[in-house]
Amino acid sequence: MGYVAAGYLVTLGGLGAYSAWLVRRAKQLKHDRAR
Amino acid sequence: MWSDAGLVAGKDLRIELRSRVALNQVLPFSFVVLVLFAFALDPDRGVLERAAPGLFWVAVLLTSLLATQRSFAVEAADANRDRLRMSGLDPAGLFLGKAGAVAVQLLLLEVLLLVGISFLYGIALRSFGLLALTCVLATLGLAAAGTVYGVMAFGLRVRETLLPLLVLPVLAPVLLAATRSFEAALAGAPRETVGWLGLLAAFAALYTVVGLFGFGPLLEES
Amino acid sequence: MTTPPTPAPAAGRASAVLGWASLVLVGATVGLGLVLPRTQEQAEYSRLIAVHPPAAWASYVAVGVAAVAAIGFLVTRRGGWDRVTIASLEVGAVFTAITLATGSIWGRPTWGVWWEWDARLTTEALLLAVLLGAVALRRSLAPGLGRGVITSVAALATVGLLPVVHFSVEWWRSQHQAGTLLAPDPATNADNPYIVAMLVGFVAFSVLFAWMVVQRVRIEALEEEADGIVLDRAIAERRAEASPARGVTA
Repeated sequence: MGYVAAGYLVTLGGLGAYSAWLVRRAKQLKHDRAR
Repeated sequence: MWSDAGLVAGKDLRIELRSRVALNQVLPFSFVVLVLFAFALDPDRGVLERAAPGLFWVAVLLTSLLATQRSFAVEAADANRDRLRMSGLDPAGLFLGKAGAVAVQLLLLEVLLLVGISFLYGIALRSFGLLALTCVLATLGLAAAGTVYGVMAFGLRVRETLLPLLVLPVLAPVLLAATRSFEAALAGAPRETVGWLGLLAAFAALYTVVGLFGFGPLLEES
Repeated sequence: MTTPPTPAPAAGRASAVLGWASLVLVGATVGLGLVLPRTQEQAEYSRLIAVHPPAAWASYVAVGVAAVAAIGFLVTRRGGWDRVTIASLEVGAVFTAITLATGSIWGRPTWGVWWEWDARLTTEALLLAVLLGAVALRRSLAPGLGRGVITSVAALATVGLLPVVHFSVEWWRSQHQAGTLLAPDPATNADNPYIVAMLVGFVAFSVLFAWMVVQRVRIEALEEEADGIVLDRAIAERRAEASPARGVTA
């Protein structure tokens, strides 16, 4: 059971972290551009 | 194109003859690698003997990295990059010349390394023709791919660390095919080498084509 | 390269649609995956079928898209293609890493090993290294047309490499499960919950891939614009330094 959980956690964690970075970085750049 | 290639290859080989970097540094390096493998693996001769083809090609692979690095290092000094671009040399010829010089140096090294593994690992060199053919095809691929990636990383200050990362995964098929071909040849099963030699030839052809067409644009942009 | 145009509002809406769609689909995939019944041979670990093959699929899609975009750039020399190339390479790296991680996690309890040297996993591992190298190369290059050319060539070399590595390793060994997708087992049918979960996963990750690439392209455009602004400002500052000392130039 632990393995399945680990697998899904890794997947969601990895995809989620990258997605979060994408969103954050875009916001940051747009904010910088506005200045 | 061929005369330009000869010109560049001749220049690179003459530089090598005078500086003797390959002789004094690269060759000892590859021998040290062979010796280190013997330390890492069971001193029991059996293991070394079985692993010899693979170890030989790993040593050659690492050596080809050095050779390619060196090939571009000689161009990096004194704004040579701009001179190369403005020299009017045919870029395809430039590629062939640089790759060719690397190939020649690697082949000579491989001959000596073959002597080395025969002596250090106790390998009987059977089917020498097939071994030689493997070496030639593999070396062409190593030189071509190394030169293509070398020019991509040419202008970068992180060249030394980036080039191995770029090139080694790409050279993996060569390592695989050359090792299997050697194993088959040394085991006296020449028919099994055919597929692997074909793969080596295809790889060399692929990267030679990429180099012939891509070297010019890549050099312009580096 | 010319300053990239500001993304139109329609692109923003499309991106939002993609984003929400991915969220829903990925959620569905995970949900389905977790409720799958156990199989006889592989106990419950094969529940990872909902994410592992889809991640692998996404990584191959990424490489394909990168190659097409690379050709597009080399032919047209328009910055848009180059931005898609780097976006695909980077997103591809993410999916490749996940493929390897989930594959390893699946393999350990199922076959007792964290790793197998079969054609697919080995190719995937090399692919990750190559993608990371390409991304690293891109990061070290200064913005400009040259960077695009080098990125495109690197992307194409990556694509060319994959079949070579795959088939050579396959010649060498073969142990991975007979491909569920590439050579479907005739016994599978749409009722099989595993196949359903996996297919939902394929769709989910494809949509997610699209959203990620759109976001990453946008970031690249913004960064190029920012670099352009920084460059213009620097030039303006240099000029401003020159004029007071020498008086007004004609």
